[in-house]
Amino acid sequence: MAIEARNVSKHFGDFAALDDVSVTVADGALMALLGPSGSGKSTLLRIIAGLESPDTGDVVIGGDSVTDTPARKRGVGFVFQHYAPFKHMTVFNNVAFGLSVRKRPKAEIEGRVKELLGLVRLDGLAERYPSQLSGGQLQRMALARALAVQPKVLLLDEPFGALDAQVRGELREWLRRLHEEIHVTTIFVTHDQEEAMEVAEQIVVMNAGKIEQTGTPRELYESPSNEFVMSFIGPVNRIGDAFVRPHDVQILAGDDGSGIEALIKRVVHLGFEVRVELTLPDGREIWAQVTRDEAQELELREGQILTVRLPQPRVFAA
Amino acid sequence: MSSSASGSLALSPASAGQAAPRRSGSNPERAVRARKYGVRTIALGYLALLLLAPVAMIFYRTFEHGMTPVWNAISEPNAQHAFWLSLEIVAISVPLNTIFGIGMALLLERGRFKGKWLLGLLIDLPFAISPVVIGLALVLAYGKTGWLGDWLAENGIQVIFSVPGMVLATAIVSLPFVARETIPVLRELGTDAEQAASTLGASGWQTFWRITLPGIRWGVVYGVVLTTARALGEFGAVSIVSGRIEGETQTLPLFVQARFENFDVTGAYTAAVVLALLAFATLILMNLLTRRTRADTVA
Repeated sequence: MAIEARNVSKHFGDFAALDDVSVTVADGALMALLGPSGSGKSTLLRIIAGLESPDTGDVVIGGDSVTDTPARKRGVGFVFQHYAPFKHMTVFNNVAFGLSVRKRPKAEIEGRVKELLGLVRLDGLAERYPSQLSGGQLQRMALARALAVQPKVLLLDEPFGALDAQVRGELREWLRRLHEEIHVTTIFVTHDQEEAMEVAEQIVVMNAGKIEQTGTPRELYESPSNEFVMSFIGPVNRIGDAFVRPHDVQILAGDDGSGIEALIKRVVHLGFEVRVELTLPDGREIWAQVTRDEAQELELREGQILTVRLPQPRVFAA
Repeated sequence: MSSSASGSLALSPASAGQAAPRRSGSNPERAVRARKYGVRTIALGYLALLLLAPVAMIFYRTFEHGMTPVWNAISEPNAQHAFWLSLEIVAISVPLNTIFGIGMALLLERGRFKGKWLLGLLIDLPFAISPVVIGLALVLAYGKTGWLGDWLAENGIQVIFSVPGMVLATAIVSLPFVARETIPVLRELGTDAEQAASTLGASGWQTFWRITLPGIRWGVVYGVVLTTARALGEFGAVSIVSGRIEGETQTLPLFVQARFENFDVTGAYTAAVVLALLAFATLILMNLLTRRTRADTVA
């Protein structure tokens, strides 16, 4: 179902966590709320779930205003940042919780939980307790628990934040595929732009309680509407008021008069990508992103002086 | 003496450190070990002097002349009455305080309202005020000439010099335990799991029974044990409120004191041993309960 937040504001004391924010998420979409900590993204998610109430504004799910509906009646699946496991219950009972408070027949609960544990690949672990699970397993248990009640929408608060890099990568991929399979409208909160770009179809970039820009990963990367989005999505070089992506910095083989001189301070090999740190004549430092083959062809060495070209640096109106 | 002991404790690591380069390397190690055993000896000695020796003496003196006098003392009607009265008071006041304590803990930890600090202060008041003063205050409020005395008399309710007053006194002196033991556990538990339960469709009541209460049960159990122990042993407040009528309003602690004053040492010691055993039983019961259910959740 579609989710809509209309002109939502929320203050904590003097701090404006959300300042007149409006977001629309289409039915079946997978959307990321992306922003630095304190940008209001988690607050917005909690307001949609009904765990916080907005000072002003409306939350609409599937066409119905739920602003005054308590969390338990919103039909929202919520996965908490630290998973909020019920520590005194087995994995089975954790997943069964939503059904059991609805007093569903035992056979139905058993079947549904089994199916969900299969979906999140925790089949053999039904009788374990949360303290016996790894972070990735807890994460999947929390997801299964949220999905058990067949929520209208799925909300995830920093779902991969507390996991190590490898597990995080696997789970991102898995979440994407899961979404393709079950197609429930999903919003997840993250501060990691790479994660947002990899998983989400749509990204809402938030900063200081406001929305900076909404778009597909590609739109945000290629035509950021302001400085903040430009520097938050993808790497960036700042030269005065202008911004240049490191992969747009061209290192020229010879001097044809169109470029400027630069000194190579350091060459960092990151596998396929090579990061070239440069010092410009005026002392400014930038870096260029080239491929391994390019670096080899140009025979880049530290201390070398060469010519670079900065095509179309982007300038934003203040 | 204590200042010189702590002084030498503070000095010893420094002196050991200085000596280390010249003497053998194990010297600082030995100093650490000596200090460790020293601390243990002091702790155990303190316990032995204050607790173990006196309690052991009671047991020894009780069974000094064999089982017959002990049996006679126990089976005496007034002793029996005191025993059952004590249990009755515990059986009423402990559940009352448990419910009240959990409610208070929830209010103080989860609630948002003005004057919360004042409520937190009030809860601790029974700890701060002497039980004798509490007893007197109850007499003033509920006694014949007291503030509610006329109304109670008209309605045929006797509070002072009877069981209701004694329950009241016991409940007041053991009031803070459950709340005080539960609050830190509640804080540690956090609100995430409760919020998760609510997003899964649980009502407030379901969340309390299925999530909050199981999460805080160790704090509650510990609070209940302390409440029980305190309620069993309460003397001062109950002594004033009860009127100490033998065979009627005499609890076990009151019985012990009365017998002791009347030179019936066997009666006094026997009742004291029964009190001590009840307290032990409470502690052991808690220990077993905690161990069994903990094994459930961890293993």
